Amino acid sequence: MNIPQNLHYLKSHEWVNVEDNIATIGITDFAQDQLGDVVYVELPKVGKIVSSGETVAVVESVKTASDIYSPVSGEVLEVNSALENSPELLNESAYEKGWLFKVRLDTLSSELLDAAGYAAVAEAEG
Amino acid sequence: MKVLESLMRTPLHAKHLEKGGRMVPFGGWDMPVQYSGVMAEHLAVRSSVGVFDVSHMGEFCISGRGALEFLQFVTANDLSKLRVGRAQYNMLPNARGGLVDDVYVYRLNEFEYLMVVNASNIDKDFVHLSQLKAGFEATLENVSDQYALLAIQGPQAEATLQPHTHTDLSNKKKNDVFSLELFGKEVLLARTGYTGEDGFEIFCNPQDSHALWDALLEHGATPCGLGARDTLRLEAGFPLYGHEFSEDLNPLETHMAWAVKTGKEFYGKAALLERPLKHRLVGLELEGRGIPREGYRVLHNGKDIGYVSSGTMSPTFKKGIALAFLERNLVFGHDLEPGSSVQVEIRGQGVGARVVEPVFLSKSV
Repeated sequence: MNIPQNLHYLKSHEWVNVEDNIATIGITDFAQDQLGDVVYVELPKVGKIVSSGETVAVVESVKTASDIYSPVSGEVLEVNSALENSPELLNESAYEKGWLFKVRLDTLSSELLDAAGYAAVAEAEG
Repeated sequence: MKVLESLMRTPLHAKHLEKGGRMVPFGGWDMPVQYSGVMAEHLAVRSSVGVFDVSHMGEFCISGRGALEFLQFVTANDLSKLRVGRAQYNMLPNARGGLVDDVYVYRLNEFEYLMVVNASNIDKDFVHLSQLKAGFEATLENVSDQYALLAIQGPQAEATLQPHTHTDLSNKKKNDVFSLELFGKEVLLARTGYTGEDGFEIFCNPQDSHALWDALLEHGATPCGLGARDTLRLEAGFPLYGHEFSEDLNPLETHMAWAVKTGKEFYGKAALLERPLKHRLVGLELEGRGIPREGYRVLHNGKDIGYVSSGTMSPTFKKGIALAFLERNLVFGHDLEPGSSVQVEIRGQGVGARVVEPVFLSKSV
């Protein structure tokens, strides 16, 4: 299972990477594998103020729709518009080309896990 | 979470695990929803050939001098002209204008029929048919355990099987059923399926199922799971019991109403014909972005006019498609015509959709 050490995670399978006060958010490799072929992604509007724990995006596979929760609070700065026409990037590259959105960081969720903590969650669900 | 009730397994269960099938509970069975991925499996069936384990489906044998008479009584379609070696789509009406199940009936001999029923309805159907059997000179037997059932589907299905049987498949028509030797095994082969493609269903001895599965994969068939089975049937506009049919839904509100033959007598006929037609099953093609899902509401001029019974992202057409029950007589006493604009409510937003005939695939067989 691919769980990079440098990221933080929610137990609902989102990852977050913070650099220079900008948080980049996506879903984990485990999550994309469980979902199967991703065929549609609904992203937040740029400028939206999101709160940690809030549903901010939806990722849909052929079979189901999954809510994506924000691991941070702050203002949405950018969304990955490449996903509109190529949602399969989430399957191919969950931690890089498949990122979902970036937020100007206000606060981090208090429920973030490190890689080892998330590995235990994924292990239990897999 | 602990699974309290143990799931049933088809004879091919070990093969699914061996191939990396992702197993899910389905109608009491532990079945593969996918192997490599729903999209790839779906497209393999549309462009080449795929194989499905559908051994969870039930089979009943109805035999005896009164078999036809019994079947005519319990089904809505007319079996009187079905010749030996032919199969027919059919329905089991209940007493209140709905369906106990929708089924396929294969005539194997003059006095012997095989009925294939939905996996989750096996017990219910058997009880229902047993209760109606009194007075008919017919034997009803649940032979589900005697068969494994493989569906080989796609434009390359015939070419995949032909080198491995002495029987000429090229002159076998849709809905033909016949015995033959395939890969050295005695099987019953039917030119039927649930994908909208040409293909065959292979009824075989469970003991032969592993050898046949391996042989089909070795000769190029892609193993396919229930996920692709659902997207394929939806593109072809085939109804699924529990979605487009139920004990309460009226089959005359669907495009399968042709299978209800009012010229014959059958159990539940009066109740079926007395029910008012309130809805009509239509197809919807999403024009905006999003995926219609079962249960989503359909709006017309801001008014709630019905709901999605089955929906998905179509792997073939790369857009959202759905079957939906819409109210009748919406526009000046007329139904919404194909081409009409409606909206599907997705997470509180109305997304534009076009009403179409409930068959998306033009080449559907």
